[in-house]
Amino acid sequence: MDVVLASRLQFAVASLFHFLFVPLTLGLSILTAIFETLYVKTGDEDYKRAAKFWGKLFLINFALGVVTGITLEFQFGTNWSRYSMYVGDIFGSLLAIEATLAFFLESTFIAVWHFGWNRLSPKLHALCIWLVAIASNISALWILLANGWMQNPVGYTIRNGRAELASFIDVITNPFGWMEFIHTVSGAYILAGFFVLGVSAWHLARKNEVAFFKKCFRVAATWTLIFALFEVFNGHLHGSEVAKAQPTKLAAMESLWETKQGAPMYLFIIPDEKNERNKVELFPIPGMLSLLAYHSPNATVKGLKEWPREERPPVTLTFWSFRLMVGLGFLFAALSVLVFLSRDNPGRFPWLLRILPWVIPLPYLACEFGWMVAEVGRQPWIVYGLMKTYEAVSPISPLQVGISLLAFILFYTLLGLVDFYLLFKFARKGPEPRTKVSLTAKPATI
Amino acid sequence: MEHNIYQVIWFILWGVLWAVYFMLDGFDFGLGMIMPFVAKNDMERRVIYNAAGPFWDGNEVWLITAGGATFAAFPKAYAIMFSTLYTPLLLILFALILRGVAFEFRAKEESPVWKAVWDLCLVVGSFVPSLLFGVAFANFFLGLPIDREGILHGNIITLLNPYGVLGGLLFVVMFVVHGATWLCVKSEGDLCRRARHVAEKFWVLEVLILGIFLVATGLVTDLWANFFRYKILLIIPALALLGLISIPAFLGQGRYWWAWFASALTVLMTTAFGFAGLFPRLIPSRLDPAATLTIYNASSSPLTLKIMTAVALIFVPIVILYQIWAYKLFSDKVSPEFLETEEAY
Ligand code: HDD
Ligand code: HEM
Ligand code: HEM
Repeated sequence: MDVVLASRLQFAVASLFHFLFVPLTLGLSILTAIFETLYVKTGDEDYKRAAKFWGKLFLINFALGVVTGITLEFQFGTNWSRYSMYVGDIFGSLLAIEATLAFFLESTFIAVWHFGWNRLSPKLHALCIWLVAIASNISALWILLANGWMQNPVGYTIRNGRAELASFIDVITNPFGWMEFIHTVSGAYILAGFFVLGVSAWHLARKNEVAFFKKCFRVAATWTLIFALFEVFNGHLHGSEVAKAQPTKLAAMESLWETKQGAPMYLFIIPDEKNERNKVELFPIPGMLSLLAYHSPNATVKGLKEWPREERPPVTLTFWSFRLMVGLGFLFAALSVLVFLSRDNPGRFPWLLRILPWVIPLPYLACEFGWMVAEVGRQPWIVYGLMKTYEAVSPISPLQVGISLLAFILFYTLLGLVDFYLLFKFARKGPEPRTKVSLTAKPATI
Repeated sequence: MEHNIYQVIWFILWGVLWAVYFMLDGFDFGLGMIMPFVAKNDMERRVIYNAAGPFWDGNEVWLITAGGATFAAFPKAYAIMFSTLYTPLLLILFALILRGVAFEFRAKEESPVWKAVWDLCLVVGSFVPSLLFGVAFANFFLGLPIDREGILHGNIITLLNPYGVLGGLLFVVMFVVHGATWLCVKSEGDLCRRARHVAEKFWVLEVLILGIFLVATGLVTDLWANFFRYKILLIIPALALLGLISIPAFLGQGRYWWAWFASALTVLMTTAFGFAGLFPRLIPSRLDPAATLTIYNASSSPLTLKIMTAVALIFVPIVILYQIWAYKLFSDKVSPEFLETEEAY
């Protein structure tokens, strides 16, 4: 195995694993903050219990998000040192800003929130979880601006044999990065929404703490509807951004081989990468691809054959990841409508309550597929149009990377299993029973 | 010329970030390392976990920021530092992962085996980074065997040279004392007494090893040269020694917070000593002076440095303020009543 392949696999393992925990952090922090705010506003003890219950699951999840983030932060140096030298001027500063603006805030106030229930006034305590939620989302913005720069480099000049910053404003207003941010956090909110819905549905189907879980269900239902519908819309806009910035990726996402004016969209395709064609193409919608990508049914969409083979991304992987993500996106939109209709009476569609717990893993898959589209579809470039992935790797021995790759896989699998076991355990256990102690600590009404 | 000012500012900030990181996470590491020696039962072990509980994550972010700042201000140094130290760095990162999850997972099951496993993770996850950070930084002071391409001629064994090992031992002992004084601050009764005992014993070792280290530094590196050129810098090792001799004095009077501050000063100034000696080099090469990374040949562009300076000058003070607030909020001793609550680790 060569260093490039091993390093790519290692990065894929490390980042996909990190992203198993990130979206729940991004979404559940806000939902927990909403529950605690409702408690402060209404004095309803159930909302306090909700903040504590979801907060506990949040913390279990958060722990792995934190520890797996650190390895990512250093992997650019360990495995992609040539990349780091070439683009550090721009990319490094975005990572450093992320740490200074977001990680300090997040890690300090999550601790204050976790240990501070009896030390702060209810309002101040609720403010802490809001700060955590805001900080996590700020961290997402900066890391996605960094990733957005790799997808669509802007605001740089090539000087001294590297990419140097020319305009900071251009870098932080990069439309590609902002699209990624909007799309990724909305996906994260969907994930957190279905997490709360699924766990609540599990308990409701068993008649545990019915009043409590109805309240959680209600909040999450509205929340999920908003973002599930929004995601389809902004995902489409994101696609047009890709069409502009990375035509090779767009062609791979749709498995389009020949350049076409007024390109149709096929609802069902099986790509045949070796022979540069599709084995199966069914159910065309005329002009649809041109319309979606360029907002005009007659626009020309470039096919993969425009580029030599070595300039194309892996088509099959990109294509299927994209199709599955989009399919799931429509499924979530449909489900969220039904959930919303039953928000006051979760038993309205009994089958829905039974399937919701099984829906929990699906948004995780959608997020991972999304990253496969974004990252695999960018290949062979590490910075689109500027630097190839094989040029970016560190001058280190394949053995070293091979060993660390194995270590990552083993280590992460174990930790992941323990973490999901604990999430399961505490999700099924349900909230702590109402206590007299906490009843006496009523918040001041506003 | 203007550019040089920012390069110098970032060298200082770079050193400060690493030094503050060691000062803060150092006591967490120390707590983990002394746990097997001072804690006699589960209750006492829980006091140790909760003595670090509200702080360890905020402390660790100083490492992330130090890494990020290295990347932003001196990308070439970031690239070469971490690719040449590939194996030790990954060992450190895995150890930090173990430590982090030990905090979060330990209290989540009642079984003694479960707890013993995470206790082991905490100890290993505290010892390995202490040792390897010490080894790594001593090797920076000594110079790495790198060529002009930034390729390391050697392996992890090359790093375990006597001076490197000495640096590792110094960090371990320094952090043990640092963690023990913190435990004195945060605990009561027998546990506090045992922590003080450990602090006092290891202090003797700390004096010994720091002494040897300073002499060895004079023999095998040229770090001292800067101090004789700019005499004002001598205040740094002087403050390190001042901190060091104050530790037992404060411990003897039972003024634990002051003992901890003294120990913090020692850690801060010992690290600063190394950086001040390196200036303006970031990573010297032992093979070829032309391969040495300095603030001049490894830094980012003037524009990036300017923007990063603005970000740092605005936000780092804010961070320091709210972190001090959080430390104050949790500055009392870990009480038995707190251990009863469901939040406690
Ligand atoms: C869209 C969001 C997103 C993306 C794409 C990434 N992260 Fe992340 N990261 C977060 C969102 C996030 C977060 C939500 O803010 C986390 C998750 C759990 C947490 O504590 O914060 C986090 C934690 C986290 C931490 C630990 C912070 C702490 O100790 O508090 C580090 C060092 C990183 N990340 C670094 C990275 C790097 C180098 C990435 C790219 C390769 C990356 N993250 C991708
Ligand atoms: C956490 C969300 C992310 C996931 C799940 C993810 C996923 C992936 C995957 C699967 C690959 C391997 C692609 C391949 O080798 O074919 C990859 C590569 C890479 N990605 Fe991402 N990525 C994420 C975020 C980021 C971000 C935010 C950045 C930059 C800040 C980034 C930078 C890179 C780099 C440097 C590589 C290595 C070169 C390569 O193999 O393409 N990724 N990522
Ligand atoms: C019909 C709905 C959807 C459409 C049209 C859509 C569209 C897209 C497109 C075009 C990309 C690639 C962008 C790039 O190459 O950088 C992408 C990436 C991504 N998608 Fe989706 N998506 C949809 C639904 C979803 C859902 C439901 C989720 C998660 C719950 C999700 C999560 C992601 C993530 C995490 C990425 C990678 C980050 C990024 O590039 O923004 N997507 N999506």
